[in-house]
Amino acid sequence: MADTSPQPSRSRDLDKLLLRPGNLVGPRFEPGPETRDDLQAYARVLVVGAGGLGCELLKDLALTGFRNLDVIDMDRIEVTNLNRQFLFRLEDVGKPKAEVAAKRVMERISGVNIVPHFCRIEDKDISFYNDFNIIALGLDSIEARSYINGVACSFLEYDSYNNPREETIKPMVDGGTEGFKGHARVILPGITPCFECTIWLFPPQVKFPLCTLAETPRTAAHCIEYAHLIKWNEVHGGTAFDPDDPEHMKWVYNEALKRAELFGIPGVTYSLTQGVVKNIIPAIASTNAIISAACALETLKIATECSKTLSNYLSYNGTQGVHTKVTEFERDKDCLVCGPGVLIEVEPSVTLQKFIYLLEEHPKLWLSRASVSHQGKNLYLQAPTVLEEMTRSNLSQTLFNLMGKVTRDIVHVNGTATKNDQKISCMRKLLVVFKGTDGVADMDTAGGA
Amino acid sequence: MIKLFKVKEKQRELAENASGGAPIKKQTAGELRLHKDISELNLPKSCAMHFPNGKDDLMNFEVSIRPDEGYYMGGTFLFSFQVSPIYPHEAPKVKCKTKVYHPNIDLEGNVCLNILREDWKPVLNINTVIYGLYHLFTEPNYEDPLNHDAAAVLRENPKLFESNVRRAMAGGYVGQIFFPRCM
Repeated sequence: MADTSPQPSRSRDLDKLLLRPGNLVGPRFEPGPETRDDLQAYARVLVVGAGGLGCELLKDLALTGFRNLDVIDMDRIEVTNLNRQFLFRLEDVGKPKAEVAAKRVMERISGVNIVPHFCRIEDKDISFYNDFNIIALGLDSIEARSYINGVACSFLEYDSYNNPREETIKPMVDGGTEGFKGHARVILPGITPCFECTIWLFPPQVKFPLCTLAETPRTAAHCIEYAHLIKWNEVHGGTAFDPDDPEHMKWVYNEALKRAELFGIPGVTYSLTQGVVKNIIPAIASTNAIISAACALETLKIATECSKTLSNYLSYNGTQGVHTKVTEFERDKDCLVCGPGVLIEVEPSVTLQKFIYLLEEHPKLWLSRASVSHQGKNLYLQAPTVLEEMTRSNLSQTLFNLMGKVTRDIVHVNGTATKNDQKISCMRKLLVVFKGTDGVADMDTAGGA
Repeated sequence: MIKLFKVKEKQRELAENASGGAPIKKQTAGELRLHKDISELNLPKSCAMHFPNGKDDLMNFEVSIRPDEGYYMGGTFLFSFQVSPIYPHEAPKVKCKTKVYHPNIDLEGNVCLNILREDWKPVLNINTVIYGLYHLFTEPNYEDPLNHDAAAVLRENPKLFESNVRRAMAGGYVGQIFFPRCM
């Protein structure tokens, strides 16, 4: 009558990976329950985005054995999310996605602790991101990916041989879906290409010529963009269009409809209007599930080294049958975001003017007419005149003071380099180390505080 | 990496109460590229740049163009530029702040310039855009109209177009529409 067989362990499937040796395991992998326990105790993962992919990711990671999760999302739940963002119910509409998602997963999976953050990713200090061992991305925009990538790469440090210091690598697992297509990739800054190394992978956005919209609309999308980009400003002047305001959207829809009738164009609907204006691509629940599963597995592999990670980009296409392919993209060796930068050691007494002169003489650079920026502050710009004048007074100050008296930091410079007798404009990342400050001149003992 | 996480967790606990540094403004890849574009600008005397937010905000700036030939000679036209953090993946957003009687610029300041929308490519830069804008004043084009009336006049009657432009720039009405002086 009663089922006498013992309850299978909750980690039965995980144990197959973590308790047994294998041929593809990492060099430090030691099979055994300790790895499993450490995974639960020490691995902290941040899930960025609590939408279609984010819901799947949270659930998958929690079921995979991660117990310390955070989730960050700035959006509130909308009715149209409910078909695929399965953690949300009708009564949740209007509530923050991150909070509801965290609560639902914790209710269903005992032992997991998820901390929600209902805010923009830019609102958090950079140090917030450094507290996580792995960052999993379930995002739908290039901007947000680029931002997180910049943050994660900012923790990266290199040793004196330009090898990345392992303890400063902030691994990212990035998922993305578009209808029946998706990708999963592993970004180990300093080892595999960062997001910025391969930003060209993203196709250019389709934009219609404004004059086509104004004069010769041919498609329903033209009519919608006319109402959104031209008519709105004509009528509403100062009020900025808010794509999240249903009244605004309704107005654009009605105007688009009028225009479509005028030109005899069929096909303008409210949902198409939303799609065109907000650049929405229909999301498919199963694509999200597949991509999320791949991402969760990669996250587990990075954490435990129970197997080699994906190297380094998986594309999935479920439009006709199923097609998947793994491509190994290469790093951009001069990447301004994840590259090591050229090491420059200078005395703290060096003025900015002298520093710019040193760049001209530097055998790895030969960079003349350099403009210099540090942490978003423009220290000196060669042109245009207005900016040159605004920054000229910095030339006589010491670089050490201008950089806030730090012992070492990254600066970006651009100017003209001479290569094989040809002058080319270039932009370089430099690691400036001030000699004699905190004994930092020796890179190997510099550490990464 | 889990052993590493373990070590880090211990360090984190130790450092828990140590105060962190001031929050650092993150410089985006777009800003870096824009920095390069701007410091390499090579503008004709007829174009000038303004940075209303000072030297550390290059992402929002203004360009004034004063054509030295053609229909618009002597006028000064102000454009605002808004550059996205993922520049140059995305074109800068450009608006004309000066109300102008022009076939390719509408009365709201929308500009029909191919490289700002459908033909933008990451190899283009701010210099290209400014030259493109300058070109609109020396070669207004009735085939891509945003201001339909102005385009029709330019096509049908270039002499009338010229006098309309002069009237608008001097500050006056063309048809029902008033244009503030911009000379």
